[in-house]
Amino acid sequence: MAEAPRMPDETGVPEIEPYLHPVLKKNYGNWKWHDRPRPGVLHHVAHSGDEVWTVRAGTQRQMDVYTIRKLMDIADDFAEGYVRFTIRSNIEFMVSEESKVQPLIDKLLAEGFPVGGTGNSVSMISHTQGWLHCDIPATDASGAVKALMDELHEEFIREEMPNRVRLTTSCCQINCGGQGDIAINIQHTKPPKINHDQVGNVCERPSVVARCPVAAIRPAVVNGKPTLEVDERKCICCGACFPPCPPMQINDPEHSKFAIWVGGKNSNARSKPTFHKLVAAGIPNNPPRWPEVSAIVKNILRVYKEDAKDYERIGEWAERIGWPRFFEKTGLPFTKYHIDNWRGSRANLNASAHIRF
Amino acid sequence: MAKPMHDTPMLDQLESGVWPSFVSGLKRLAKDNDMMVDLLGQLETSYETKKGYWKGGTVGVIGYGGGVIPRFTELKDENNKPKFPAAAEFHTLRIMPPPGMHYDTNTIREFCDIWEKFGSGLIAFHGQSGDIMFQGCTTDNVQPAFDALNQMGFDMGGAGPAVRTGMSCVGSARCEQSCYDEARAMRTCVNANLDDMHRPALPYKLKFKASGCPNDCMNSIQRADVSMIGTWRDDMKVDQAEVQAFVAKKGRKHVIDNVITRCPTQALSLNDDDTLAVDNPNCVRCMHCINVMTKALSPGDDRGVSILVGGKRTLKIGDLMGTVIIPFHKLESDEDFEWLEELSTEILEFFAENALEHERTGEMIERIGLTNFLEGLGLEIDPNMINQPRTNPYIRTDGWDDEAAKWKERQAAQ
Repeated sequence: MAEAPRMPDETGVPEIEPYLHPVLKKNYGNWKWHDRPRPGVLHHVAHSGDEVWTVRAGTQRQMDVYTIRKLMDIADDFAEGYVRFTIRSNIEFMVSEESKVQPLIDKLLAEGFPVGGTGNSVSMISHTQGWLHCDIPATDASGAVKALMDELHEEFIREEMPNRVRLTTSCCQINCGGQGDIAINIQHTKPPKINHDQVGNVCERPSVVARCPVAAIRPAVVNGKPTLEVDERKCICCGACFPPCPPMQINDPEHSKFAIWVGGKNSNARSKPTFHKLVAAGIPNNPPRWPEVSAIVKNILRVYKEDAKDYERIGEWAERIGWPRFFEKTGLPFTKYHIDNWRGSRANLNASAHIRF
Repeated sequence: MAKPMHDTPMLDQLESGVWPSFVSGLKRLAKDNDMMVDLLGQLETSYETKKGYWKGGTVGVIGYGGGVIPRFTELKDENNKPKFPAAAEFHTLRIMPPPGMHYDTNTIREFCDIWEKFGSGLIAFHGQSGDIMFQGCTTDNVQPAFDALNQMGFDMGGAGPAVRTGMSCVGSARCEQSCYDEARAMRTCVNANLDDMHRPALPYKLKFKASGCPNDCMNSIQRADVSMIGTWRDDMKVDQAEVQAFVAKKGRKHVIDNVITRCPTQALSLNDDDTLAVDNPNCVRCMHCINVMTKALSPGDDRGVSILVGGKRTLKIGDLMGTVIIPFHKLESDEDFEWLEELSTEILEFFAENALEHERTGEMIERIGLTNFLEGLGLEIDPNMINQPRTNPYIRTDGWDDEAAKWKERQAAQ
């Protein structure tokens, strides 16, 4: 008899308590106020009078064990043995004494980890994986992010933007990176190239047909084999068919481009949450450093920094100055592709006589 | 010592610059790790050709139907053999972190030891769905790697048409703006529905995310099917002495331009003595003034949660924000959390029974209408669920008198 296999302990999400810094555990739910003594540092005060300082540093998100152990050594030697990660893959070190803050910062900087990402900074880009691991990527978000963060470093370590800036990057139009003040996403421009020899064996054809947002896919027979075909006049090149049917190759080394979107906002502060809007497309997918992408993002950030009022997020700024002025100030071309024609599009048209001159 | 490195002139260009380089990390691992040598070879090829070379498959652990992301190389030579054989299998394990992504260093060191032994040594903190991503594992090593992580007290996350790994903000652990125990709320929802996480059989993914206040640091409103956002019912708290101190420090113009006139409902006014007047019934709990004056202003004491359903990104009908289904509910007592647990399972069951294949909750609600969804869950309507009443007459209203009577009855009961 073979030994019975080990069954998993179906324990779900672990308890939070064993992983909390002792000051955080003691004052759980009883914090009073906070401030930011300097960029990259948060200072929280509890009702009990306890204080905790948090130092935030940028990471490369997917890390080798040597880098991770180095961060843990810093946490043990210069902090108090506890860390947490933010939603944007920044690492945070908590200390209960103010005197530990500067040595911790010095050590992080000496080891090459930028300290910042708080307040009105450009924080680390929330991003997807890309060629390293994804099965449907048109690019390598990790590389594009590394190249862009090299150039935005000064804005990460300072808090000099009108409000916080949250960037995202995604390797396909599914946009796992999410909404952002600026989102940098792949935009395909050509219909899928279909390998008719494989479709019948690899794809569940009815579910691929159902996946298409514009009903452009229909069953067909090519060379006597069951397959699928695409009505290229209807196809919007979204790539929805590619994950369930890999022989419908959407990624194209030349024609899969980058597009840039602005004005996404998840917070309810001031205005309601908003989706990001398309402002630029047709940008080449140009590894290893994607300079064309960086140039446009930096230009938008420069104009926003110069022109926005305090506390305006990028979308709120664009809303106030109006989209004609946004395109004028950024120098980005306005095209027919900016005018929405998807369902609900009339809500994005100007149904008023409010015109800017 | 590992096999010799492949030339990687493209990737090498990502080693320069001030931001930490993942390429340098990969190369460090490759010094004594053949999988990483060949991973770098395949990645460099992708950089040259601008093509991806991974395909999915079926790899899992005993007892579960999901949580491993299988990756097999498609980069083959003329004999259909992998060009980079040591990285021909490069699977990922999705493991659920503690709520708020808090760790002690020993736990992370133990992760490193396990992943160095069974995997590539590459770990992402964290993936976009909130998992710890243990990246790069052979098919044979998936089970022992999972067993080791599971014995530490960590469980597999979600993948495919299943309940996905949840996310909750730092919240009560370190934030004065927290309006409920986010960690407990997220654990309650996910752990009550683990069967539908580990044995994927839903129409499509279902995500729970918990943010302690309307700043929504977890981006739950557009990234979660069930978005829990903290809020409060009573008046926000104002420390007038701290308001005066803030005005004295920053100046009246600054306060008027950046706090008073930034209020979306004009609910704030600066008094002649530099104290703050708040029109609380017209405050929409947007958080702006509290974000700016962190010492003077804070949420009220009667705290709880708003629940929104249906947030998602583009596919298939376009982006959707979550919309309100519960304007307010307390989340303090055990009974409150039992209510939340029950609501989470009812939403899941309604979704499982009524959504079409590959349809998210938001798309399902768009198709069937919000009132049908609310009726299915037995939830009462509320004007906080809408931006404005309907603007078209395409509705049959012959039940008006009964519906109006229900509303009056509810109002009278309050």
